[in-house]
Amino acid sequence: VCTLAHVFEGLGFATVALASIREQAAKVGPPRALHGNFPLGRPLGRPNDSLFQNRVLTAAFALLDRPRGPVLETFPESVSDVSEEALVCHLPPRLDPNALPAVDEANALQAAYRRSVAARDGRTNFGRALTEAQIPEVLAALDRIVNGIDWKQAGLPADPAQIAIDLRTYYFEAALALAEDPARATDTAWALERWFLHDTETGRLMMAARQAMKDAGASFAAWFYMAPLDR
Amino acid sequence: VSDADIKRAVADIPAPTFDVSSFVIPKRLSDCKVAIVTTAGLHHEDQDAFAARDTSYRVLDGSRRDIRMGHWSPNFDRVGFAADLNVVFPIDRLNEMARAGVIGAVAPRHLSFTGNQDETMTSLRIDSGPHAAALLRADGVDVVLLTPV
Repeated sequence: VCTLAHVFEGLGFATVALASIREQAAKVGPPRALHGNFPLGRPLGRPNDSLFQNRVLTAAFALLDRPRGPVLETFPESVSDVSEEALVCHLPPRLDPNALPAVDEANALQAAYRRSVAARDGRTNFGRALTEAQIPEVLAALDRIVNGIDWKQAGLPADPAQIAIDLRTYYFEAALALAEDPARATDTAWALERWFLHDTETGRLMMAARQAMKDAGASFAAWFYMAPLDR
Repeated sequence: VSDADIKRAVADIPAPTFDVSSFVIPKRLSDCKVAIVTTAGLHHEDQDAFAARDTSYRVLDGSRRDIRMGHWSPNFDRVGFAADLNVVFPIDRLNEMARAGVIGAVAPRHLSFTGNQDETMTSLRIDSGPHAAALLRADGVDVVLLTPV
């Protein structure tokens, strides 16, 4: 955003950028930037907290009163994510003991996923690479990779990184309808990511496939972006 | 997974620097029309998704809420946006501020680019950025609020 701030300001607009990483904002030096010490992915700080979001915007727009720039300030309220906890989200019981565990789990979550989407008037972030109907075949393909099949021959219908985003999104949105404490599911950034990677059959299968691809010499781009960079 | 570790890892990635920078003094905020320009790779359901390092942009209709997160990176939280799009694209907050008279108006159209660009960002700086900005100028926009993920 800091580079685009320079571009738009140069074209005659007054800009104010919300910056997630202060070091980057300081380096690029946009005309006006408000750094928020918030989890990445949440530049307004807190979902479902209109008062907090309003305070962020008020602070950002206040920078428009400054007579000269560049201006870089940090919003005084932090939202930190120092916890290593995963979300408490009990998964449905197995439906079909003969199915691949991840497939059975994903099928069992379908009703929760659909309730979650309906609760947001149909808004979903799932579907960039997969349809719901493709999830079982994708999980079977990941299982084949774990069992030694070359990832290019395993039957993945799309780029592994795109598939990984869709799988975690399907689980995240299902979990929003299942979590014991829905507010906590959204309050704590990364809690659902930890739950997905550690506590679900699909998360563990996906990470095992990622490791198998790495061990088999797949290109860095093929496996690395299936998970956050610190994994 | 640690937010702090990811921030540390990306803090030093190369980015363009600018020797000369414009600085526009705006009208009073209560007279300004405001548009959002995001690098979150947002798009409507009927628009093309973003490719990795895509330098194009999407026009977001401020009256629609069928907005998807199209950014490729696994290195940011996606749950906040899934639960409340305003945490990235604060369209409802801007509408509230306009109704309260804090800002003059909310633009009808907003712009979305995607991050994960090459370090020079040349295409955005000389091509798609100015091209997209012309749409905001046509809508009478005064102030641009930029949001990342």
